[in-house]
Amino acid sequence: MFDFSIVTKWFDALLSQTLGLPSFWTILIECVLIGLLVLTAYALICIVLIFMERKVCAYFQCRVGPMRVGPWGIFQVFADVLKMLIKEIFTVDKSDKLLYAIAPFLVMIASVGTFSFLPWNKGMHILDFNVGIFLVTAISSIGVLGVFLAGWGSNNKYSVVSAMRAAVQMISYEVSLGLCLICAVILTGTMQMSGIIEAQTGPWKWLVIQGHIPAIIAFVVFLIAGNAEANRGPFDLGEAESELTAGYHTEYSGMGFGYYYLAEYLNLFVISGLASAVFLGGWAPLNVGITGFDNLMNIIPGFVWFFGKTFMLVWILMWVRWTFPRLRIDNLLKLEWKYLMPLMLIVLVLTTCCVAFGLTF
Amino acid sequence: MYFTLFITVLITAVFLVLASYVIAKLIGPRSYNPVKGEPFECGIPTRGSSWLPVHIGYYLFAILFLMFDIETVFLYPWAVVVRQFGPMALVSIGFFLVVLVFGLAYAWRKGALEWK
Repeated sequence: MFDFSIVTKWFDALLSQTLGLPSFWTILIECVLIGLLVLTAYALICIVLIFMERKVCAYFQCRVGPMRVGPWGIFQVFADVLKMLIKEIFTVDKSDKLLYAIAPFLVMIASVGTFSFLPWNKGMHILDFNVGIFLVTAISSIGVLGVFLAGWGSNNKYSVVSAMRAAVQMISYEVSLGLCLICAVILTGTMQMSGIIEAQTGPWKWLVIQGHIPAIIAFVVFLIAGNAEANRGPFDLGEAESELTAGYHTEYSGMGFGYYYLAEYLNLFVISGLASAVFLGGWAPLNVGITGFDNLMNIIPGFVWFFGKTFMLVWILMWVRWTFPRLRIDNLLKLEWKYLMPLMLIVLVLTTCCVAFGLTF
Repeated sequence: MYFTLFITVLITAVFLVLASYVIAKLIGPRSYNPVKGEPFECGIPTRGSSWLPVHIGYYLFAILFLMFDIETVFLYPWAVVVRQFGPMALVSIGFFLVVLVFGLAYAWRKGALEWK
């Protein structure tokens, strides 16, 4: 298995020993590089996801999607981003200027923050705290604040209604999202992202297989709750375009709208990435206990596994989005509080029983 | 080390927003029109403020969320040590979960989980 920490250690040694820089400059250069890396990866993945969504939705509706800009329309998203950049940014006169201005920052902090927790490969993760999973849920809930303040600060009746809806939906589904992650923590015994994946390497060790029934239920509930948390799919009550024009970002023009657009797609990626890291083994290859097959699988680099699993889940979530009609708000809250939450409490006890009595693989 | 990286990531996020704002301000066009400052309400002139009292149901669900989210926070440290404790872990969390399920059942019975 290729370990990426060789590269980072080599680079660190290059700066501090070979070039003999003082530790302050070493850390500064590394931090700037990591910042640039995060920005590039963020932008690239957003562009890929937006293009993918447009194509996938087109094929689900028997259309061909964007075809004009470049071959198969691959430059369409670049053109869109450029168009957004050259639009004028203006605000509503009677809006709450402070809240209106800080809302995009909060949304971006939540989405970039959770994004940098994802493990790409062995030894290739930007943030790897020992309370990793817990911190991810903490940072992702800043996003609710951003969405709510955007709608409330706009002083637009549609935006306020949308902000209230989005807030109640996101905080509700956060509960079962947390319970799903707790099931994974019980099974692996650690909250550190790399530790969780380390526990899933080996034959039949992916969490959905290792934890069998409770883990599979937790995985499915995680995808449902995550979809609601990202304000997508059948749960897009916050921006129900047929009732609320565009919801909480109605009053944002140009790039101001662009942040919400980017953050929505990145949240989709983060949810799929977390699901694949926590339940499907992240960069851990598929091992079945047969030496030849396992060696063949181990040759495939970890990031290929990670991206393969993540994009499969992204595709499933897009499929869900373009298949199911939007839920009504009472049904949405009923689904969370009367079905998913009690179900997850039962699954929590079931997982504990499995781990306590050694019934896991 | 990770704390430094965490700050770096936060600064990156703020930088991304600031940079694209500045670019848009520099290359974007500008026009002046009194109607542009109005909130968009599908072309109908706006009347009154939007900051009105909202449905009580939102408040109720926010309270419920507080209760259950705090519970999730308490479960995390326990979840890490389940493997070491074995069956004892189930006993130690049992009382906590029973009280919690009673809370949920009470809210359910009182109709707090209904959207009215």
